[in-house]
Amino acid sequence: MSTEQEQSAVAETASPPAPGRSALLPAGVRWRSAGILIPFVALFVALSIGSAPFFSTTNLLNIVDQQASTLVIAVAGTFVLISGGIDLSVGATYGLASVVFAELAASGWDPAFAILGAVVAGALVGVVNGVVSTVFRINSLIATLAMSFVVAGLASLVTSGNLVLISNQGASQISTAQFLGVNMSTWVMLAVVVALGFLLARTTYGRYVYAAGGNAEAARFAGVRVNLVRVIAFSLSGAAAALGGVLDSARVLSGNSTNNTTLTFTVVAGIVVGGTSILGGEGAVWRTVVGVLLIALIGNGYGLLSLNPLYEQITLGAIMILAVGVDAWSRQVRG
Amino acid sequence: MGRLEPNDRSSTSAPLVELRDVSKRFGGVHALAGISLEIPAGTVHALVGENGAGKSTLAKIIAGAIPHDSGELLVDGRPVTLRSPREGLELGIAMMAQELLVVPHLGVAQNVFLGVEPRRAGWVDRRALRVRYRELAARAGFSLDADRQVAGLRVAEQQQVEIMRALARDARMIVMDEPSQALAGADVERLHAIIRSLAAQGRTVLLVSHFLREVLELADTITVMRDGHIVRSAPATAEDESSLIQAMLGRPLTAAYPPKPRVAPDAAVALRVRGLVARGVDDVSFDLREGEILGLAGLVGAGRSELARAIFGADRRQAGSVELAGESLRPAGPLASLRNGLAMVPESRRELGLLYSRSAVENVSLSSLRGHSRLGVVDRRSERRAAGELLSRVALTRAGGESIVGTLSGGNQQKVLFARMLMCKPRVLIADEPTRGVDVGAKRAIYDLLVGLAAEGTAILLISSEVEEILGLAERVLVMRRGGIAAELVGEAVSESAILAAAFSEPAVRQAA
Ligand SMILES: Nc1ncnc2c1ncn2[C@@H]1O[C@H](COP(=O)(O)OP(=O)(O)OP(=O)(O)O)[C@@H](O)[C@H]1O
Ligand SMILES: [Mg+2]
Repeated sequence: MSTEQEQSAVAETASPPAPGRSALLPAGVRWRSAGILIPFVALFVALSIGSAPFFSTTNLLNIVDQQASTLVIAVAGTFVLISGGIDLSVGATYGLASVVFAELAASGWDPAFAILGAVVAGALVGVVNGVVSTVFRINSLIATLAMSFVVAGLASLVTSGNLVLISNQGASQISTAQFLGVNMSTWVMLAVVVALGFLLARTTYGRYVYAAGGNAEAARFAGVRVNLVRVIAFSLSGAAAALGGVLDSARVLSGNSTNNTTLTFTVVAGIVVGGTSILGGEGAVWRTVVGVLLIALIGNGYGLLSLNPLYEQITLGAIMILAVGVDAWSRQVRG
Repeated sequence: MGRLEPNDRSSTSAPLVELRDVSKRFGGVHALAGISLEIPAGTVHALVGENGAGKSTLAKIIAGAIPHDSGELLVDGRPVTLRSPREGLELGIAMMAQELLVVPHLGVAQNVFLGVEPRRAGWVDRRALRVRYRELAARAGFSLDADRQVAGLRVAEQQQVEIMRALARDARMIVMDEPSQALAGADVERLHAIIRSLAAQGRTVLLVSHFLREVLELADTITVMRDGHIVRSAPATAEDESSLIQAMLGRPLTAAYPPKPRVAPDAAVALRVRGLVARGVDDVSFDLREGEILGLAGLVGAGRSELARAIFGADRRQAGSVELAGESLRPAGPLASLRNGLAMVPESRRELGLLYSRSAVENVSLSSLRGHSRLGVVDRRSERRAAGELLSRVALTRAGGESIVGTLSGGNQQKVLFARMLMCKPRVLIADEPTRGVDVGAKRAIYDLLVGLAAEGTAILLISSEVEEILGLAERVLVMRRGGIAAELVGEAVSESAILAAAFSEPAVRQAA
């Protein structure tokens, strides 16, 4: 007879008096996770004060536009890192897409279809990366590194190692046309950032990405198709690398098959500096945007203040180690 | 009741460890609010309290694993600042953590003497290592082989490695955070014997536990904590189970278990397992009916969790069939199981359960996101409402929903895992140690939920190392041994002795039941 009473007693004491607990804890967590904004804002303010030409619409838009392809690639690469992998083939895919786009445009395809062809090629590279690293269980670091040689080789085969010139002037529209005084490449980048930001933060797929990287076995037990989630992440990364290649080759009206390893490095650096965990399970699109722009600001600052560019490399390396160190430290503190 | 003889300690000397007004905050959470406590040398001191009361936090501070914010920590009467577990060890305080910290690919002896190996000319002297290990093991009364790889040891054996590691450094005090949580049967008895012998040698033990009987049996002094405060600290002789529960929860708990559910005699078979063979499972067949709670008992290593995994589809089935409501499950896999109404609370919340860097709400909804999304977009309001409601049903406050799971206390993490399963609204549930690390009050809440599910027709396969839990909830019990079913006990035949007899039985007596 007393069962009901007991049950209600259980329900009542279910909420022990803990004033302010919930309100404060997440706030504290959020504050710490926003830490990357501090160096970014500090550098921005310092450059604005230290260099007159820095804080001008032209210079700022210029920085963003120069970073358009890097941002597109890094934002998609964020999915790969969060899901527990890494994609080192983006530089090669970028080159492949650039020649595919140039060849298709040169052979008279409508630019829109040439873009589509290049992006599909990139996505296919991503699918292969994903399948090799999940189904065949080859560490994605190695799998994508190997893939980058294959892809770069393919790209050189297509062009015999030459630059492919695009005579079709219309093809440059995708990068250099202006809308509201802003380059098309910047608009494309913004659209990709917003779309992928939404995908990661608001959709079921985004949740599965975090789950796959946070604890793959737990995700599997919870009914997440971890392999599929990762293959999709890799194909997003491949498609984005291709789009980046298209944006840049349209800008210069030529396709170049070289494996752009500097780009690969900058992309990974941007993601990690933003605070996305190299170990997977944590991160965000906005972080990658801040990380890439922070690196760009450093480069821009060295230029404007005409400092020795050698120090730029050293600064970048130091920041990367710092970012990874902070990530490891915060994991340890949390236990 | 087996009181220990406190070793000769002079009444004049200072307590081994003393805390004065110690506080600790994590963000906005006041995990410890002004704790003052003395732990004299040579005693067994127990900490009990609800999930999230601050027991682990206090234990870690004493062992130097985390720093305190304010107040004083004194060892031998001298104020100290411990910045790492190593500094704790230097003062003679070792910790046996909830997550054991052994090095998996090294041998037992190497683990025990890690960092303090006997050396000759800079090299580890392997022979001396083995000799010293044998001495130490004999002194501690353990019989682990010096060269066995730690990775292959059972939890109980890994704990022995940790205890020997503490002894090898001549620790005066060993802090144990829920050491019996992952143990069963004989291993628990052995652990108790170890704790007694440590105390008999004059060492001090700080024991955190949710098993009140264990605490009453072993401890000299019991400290009850609640919301970061000490409710009271009293000799174990002055306490009993109900006085401890009253102090922990602030209310009495009249019965540990709700009445068992009645299974309708004509209830349909919800889960039918036939001739199942998988890793660690050898030819298992049984039926589970709607509304029934079927207990699955057996020793650690008998194959209970392996059976659970094979039914759920997490491990490949080599032979046999699993049918849900008369339909064979194909293709097998966790996703297929969940879609067909078969859910599981896995045995290990850390390895198989939770995403430690995501919020409680996200962890709860992970398996049911499709029900809380439209066109692939998560409806966060409906998600939060549903998850919050379930979290309060498992006695974790609605407010805790936004907390990152890794920052919740161990027992509260377990509740999150249970809530995830509830959200799947399963027709068949496999619950593998569902109350591991959960406090007495919340245990009762989980039992009520299990019985409630059964009353609504859910078929439940309950795995537990606590025989009492199985006796309290299940009308019918399967006892496993060496991957097979050793006995089936029903109604009156279900008793602790019958379960143990079957668990230890030789396969020849198999047809008992
Ligand atoms: N690293 C951390 N970050 C934030 N909060 C934490 C952290 N560690 C513990 N807490 C909080 O401190 C409080 C006390 O936690 P603690 O782990 O000491 O509880 P406990 O008494 O050991 O509980 P249980 O019986 O469930 O193990 C809880 O509210 C918990 O959420
Ligand atoms: Mg604890």
